[in-house]
Amino acid sequence: MVSAAVKIDVRDLHVYYGHKEALKGISFDVRANEVFGIIGPAQSGKTTLLRVINRTLEFVAEARYKGQVRVDQEDIRQVRNVFELRRKIGMVAPLPVGLPLTIYDNVAFAPRMAGIRNREELDSRVEQCLRQAALWDEVKDRLNTLGTRLSGGQQQRLTIARALSHQPEILCLDEFSIAIDPVTTMRIEEVLKELCRSMTIILVTNLVQQARRLANRTMFLFEGEIVELDDTEVIFSDHPAQQKTYDYVNGIFG
Amino acid sequence: MFIRTHLTRRKKRHELYVKYVLLLMTLLIILPLILIVFYLIYQAAPILSLDFLLKNPIRGMRDGGIWAPLLGTIYLVLISLLIATPIGVFAAVYLNEYARESWFTRVINLAVVNLAGVPSIVHALFGLGAFVLFAGIGRSILAASMTLAIMTLPVLIASTKEALAAVPLAFRQACWNVGATRWQTIREVVLPNSISGILTGIILQVSRAAGETAPIMFTGAVFYKAIQEGDLLAYGLLDQCMALSMHLFTISTQVPDVPAALPYGTAVVLLGVVLLVNALAIVLRIKIRSRKKW
Repeated sequence: MVSAAVKIDVRDLHVYYGHKEALKGISFDVRANEVFGIIGPAQSGKTTLLRVINRTLEFVAEARYKGQVRVDQEDIRQVRNVFELRRKIGMVAPLPVGLPLTIYDNVAFAPRMAGIRNREELDSRVEQCLRQAALWDEVKDRLNTLGTRLSGGQQQRLTIARALSHQPEILCLDEFSIAIDPVTTMRIEEVLKELCRSMTIILVTNLVQQARRLANRTMFLFEGEIVELDDTEVIFSDHPAQQKTYDYVNGIFG
Repeated sequence: MFIRTHLTRRKKRHELYVKYVLLLMTLLIILPLILIVFYLIYQAAPILSLDFLLKNPIRGMRDGGIWAPLLGTIYLVLISLLIATPIGVFAAVYLNEYARESWFTRVINLAVVNLAGVPSIVHALFGLGAFVLFAGIGRSILAASMTLAIMTLPVLIASTKEALAAVPLAFRQACWNVGATRWQTIREVVLPNSISGILTGIILQVSRAAGETAPIMFTGAVFYKAIQEGDLLAYGLLDQCMALSMHLFTISTQVPDVPAALPYGTAVVLLGVVLLVNALAIVLRIKIRSRKKW
């Protein structure tokens, strides 16, 4: 795959919750196999953006959006199988949600829903995903206990494993490290660097330094608008194009 | 060191008052219940026996047992549940999981709430008109069960909806995010985690269906009908039947010279059936809750 190929193309995207405009006509693209960082304070539309991409915004009754979003050149409104689109995208929410199932079933859930029944295939998929999420060693002896009994940090890694379990091409991490200790965060960051060889990663984060460590390019969202989008080195340099960006990443406002 | 002041002593005293007042109120509500049960059993004691359960009423219902009404009540309750449960649960799943907010769903929800408050005698008249006369089923167990089902449906839908709504939205979102369909999500995550609440709603309707007299009086229950003793399949779907609630009503008000123990015995059995079902539900709930997963 050509590394500069466009994976996600967003054109003039507006999102409304009732009368409130959450995203005010933003356009950008995400390239294949890059780590795309999104930073910005609360209420800037980061999570909303992710929900548009995997079309789960449709479950919010009062939400509407207009504009064009294309994943692999295909308009997401016109995809024939929305479930296939969602499987193409792994989503990790800020707060861990372990499904009330066993650890094994949590990770095997998505493959099963996609129709995989073969036990060996499921076993290897579960082990691989748990390893990638840096959780395997801690839970390999108790895969049949409830996922919800794990600690918060472990549950978050479980949700990462679950997001990887349907072999997505795009991995969206929405402030994944809120509930995880720094050491584990570092381990997962290492994993992400590995993963971006085979998939595209969108990293939404409140920790600007995390974006700096991982992202190839970083987008600064503020109140539903893109303030600046550039290579991460530029965003975090002493002279980004916008003064606002400099102020935000250096903690002067926000 | 912590020293008791006048203020802390007073706070402590108030705490005690409140606690005992609350306890008193709690005891006050159990007291009538206990009194009722003991009084009934005391009055019914001379007549309670296995024979009382398994023999038909004889001598113009002044003697014998309550086999025919007991079996009739069991039929009515079971068949009405068989009709109401699937309809009620699936309707609730639709309303809670699929329906979007619109004037249509708002009307349905409003209708459900209001139907739950309709008096049972009105349901009885509806059953008489719709099932017995219009549909031509005639007075029968089937028509009476359908009437009971109509009566229990609104509450069943409301309680099931409540149970479904108690499952956190985050679980559903997690499922949708990995590409599960709505139905897969409901089947794998929502229903297994709300089943105990749904069951509770169903069970409550059992007591209601067993106790109501009005809805079955016009639609299928009869004054007297002897059936084969000891035969569990003694009633056919289109037969008329006796029922405990109605039997109790007849022997205590319509038939002269009934020995006092007879109506009390009937009441004890009716109460026993309802309590038995409730106990069953509690056991089931505890079993399911021990597997509860979050």
